Amino acid sequence: MKNFLRELSRDTPGMIGFVIVIIVLALSVFASVIAPADPLEIDVYNRLASPSWQHWLGTDQLGRDIFSRVLYGGRVALKVALISISVALLCGLLLGMIAGFGPSWLDRILVVCFDTMRSFPTVMFALAIMTLTGPSLNTVIAVIIITSIPVYARVVRTQTLAVRNLDFILAERAMGASTLRILRDHILPNISAPLLILASMDVPAVVGMEAGLSFLGLGVGPPTASWGSILNDGYSYLRNSPWPIIAGGIPLILVTLGFTFLGESMRDILDPKLRGKGALNQ
Amino acid sequence: MSAPVLNISNLSVNYSTDRGTLHALRDVDLHIQAGRIVGIVGESGCGKSTLISTIIRLLSANACVEEGEVLFQGEDLLALDAKAMRKLRGNELAMVFQDPMTSLNPVLSIGRQMLDIQYRDDGSKAEKKSRSLHMLERVGIPDAATQLDRYPHHLSGGMRQRVAIAMALMTEPSLLIADEPTTALDATLEIQIIQRLRQLQRDVGCAVLFISHHLGVISELCDEVVVMYAGEVVESGGTRQVFDAPKHPYTRGLLECDPASIQASDNILPVIPGQLPDLTDPPPGCIFQPRCDRSVAQCSSQRPRLDGQGHRAACFVATS
Repeated sequence: MKNFLRELSRDTPGMIGFVIVIIVLALSVFASVIAPADPLEIDVYNRLASPSWQHWLGTDQLGRDIFSRVLYGGRVALKVALISISVALLCGLLLGMIAGFGPSWLDRILVVCFDTMRSFPTVMFALAIMTLTGPSLNTVIAVIIITSIPVYARVVRTQTLAVRNLDFILAERAMGASTLRILRDHILPNISAPLLILASMDVPAVVGMEAGLSFLGLGVGPPTASWGSILNDGYSYLRNSPWPIIAGGIPLILVTLGFTFLGESMRDILDPKLRGKGALNQ
Repeated sequence: MSAPVLNISNLSVNYSTDRGTLHALRDVDLHIQAGRIVGIVGESGCGKSTLISTIIRLLSANACVEEGEVLFQGEDLLALDAKAMRKLRGNELAMVFQDPMTSLNPVLSIGRQMLDIQYRDDGSKAEKKSRSLHMLERVGIPDAATQLDRYPHHLSGGMRQRVAIAMALMTEPSLLIADEPTTALDATLEIQIIQRLRQLQRDVGCAVLFISHHLGVISELCDEVVVMYAGEVVESGGTRQVFDAPKHPYTRGLLECDPASIQASDNILPVIPGQLPDLTDPPPGCIFQPRCDRSVAQCSSQRPRLDGQGHRAACFVATS
């Protein structure tokens, strides 16, 4: 970890990404402390106000403080992203390893399942599920998990297939390692780097998806704040005030930039072969 | 003479392929006494790799052991269940692979892999680490302590092969199988590794099954040699006997073709004419008969057997 930070500090975009991620995380976690106002408090006399000392990013059509809403919206976005990505990552890892290392008939069945899942357009799939269950945050998380598992599983499967036939796996077998041991101690470290990078790069996609679904009215219900619902509210009053749109859009851009920079930087750091750039000087 | 560590008798292994059954090994007999180094020599495709895969029971899925037994310290390896077999591997039975560039895990440090190999032993991490260190020093790795933190790609091929040997000998096995461990290395390293291996073998006291197609290495290292051709053992005996007075025409051809034995430079490399027989449809008689310049009528109808003790050859016309 210490090494990781040292390597990261040498990479400017990576460091910028890291700082953005930390700031966004901190602002979301401590939203209740930082927020200057209750995000749900309505003040009809101050509708669609421009930024001022009292309302840093102005107010929306119901006079709610947009800055506070953005902070609380970040909570929703990151909660969805972290829960759904970690669950999808774990399930994908398990299924992908089974497919990549297990018997070939199981592999074929799993690949058909992955491909079937992936052939649904995500938004259409989400719409179908929402129609059945009604919009809620948990449904958003479930939809994202279900649609992401095949993505991770396929990456894990390909990586496992690439690694399993290398000589050192055979060497490990010849030295008496069990299947579990090979998977855990030898395949996992070899495939974890691309997976972490994929997960990091996936955060903006999931945040964007949550915002998109909320924008369509399929995510969190009103009055809860979400970046998507802030954008939707702002969109209806765009002629009156640009601030809700700006305030809802900027965090999306920041999260995308932050996690993408961090992901790219992680790719360079986590791959020991790329890390060996300085090998000759050592 | 001490008891044999490995006793292979009548071993036949087939592969089922699209073209039919491929007879990769036929009636292979091989005995390794404790503490001896036995070399297997033969050209590519002669069944060397199938033989060692059979011993460590890591044959590919389409292979099938037709008959025979592989007795390791009196136990038939082919009859052991998977768990018991796994217990032997890396413990009593260790292996060094051909290509050191790919036989180490690229993302784990050398130290981590050396610790990993000792997972069966109890003992503190510090003890295991000092054993790793000691082992690396024994295989001749300079500055072993720093190497523990390095990754395989930091090391040269020779160093990696030393690490692989250190890992294989860590558990002091009774039998070390070395599958062309020096083929991927250059000549100067080759001799260093060979000398080191010889010395370690004496220290540890294990038997070694050494596979190579380099005759010089075999004659330098091995006590006994087994010559294989197209899945059969054609000649076996003490290294000096076999190399000085080869009985089988194939062995003789092999020795004549060794570039090291060529005296005059006339730009023509000697070859054994013809090619390996199709192992899905081996000739009925002697397997080497189609390429043999000394064959008699009997050779094309009857299979010669490897009989007797000591230096022996599977040939009807073998000169003794």
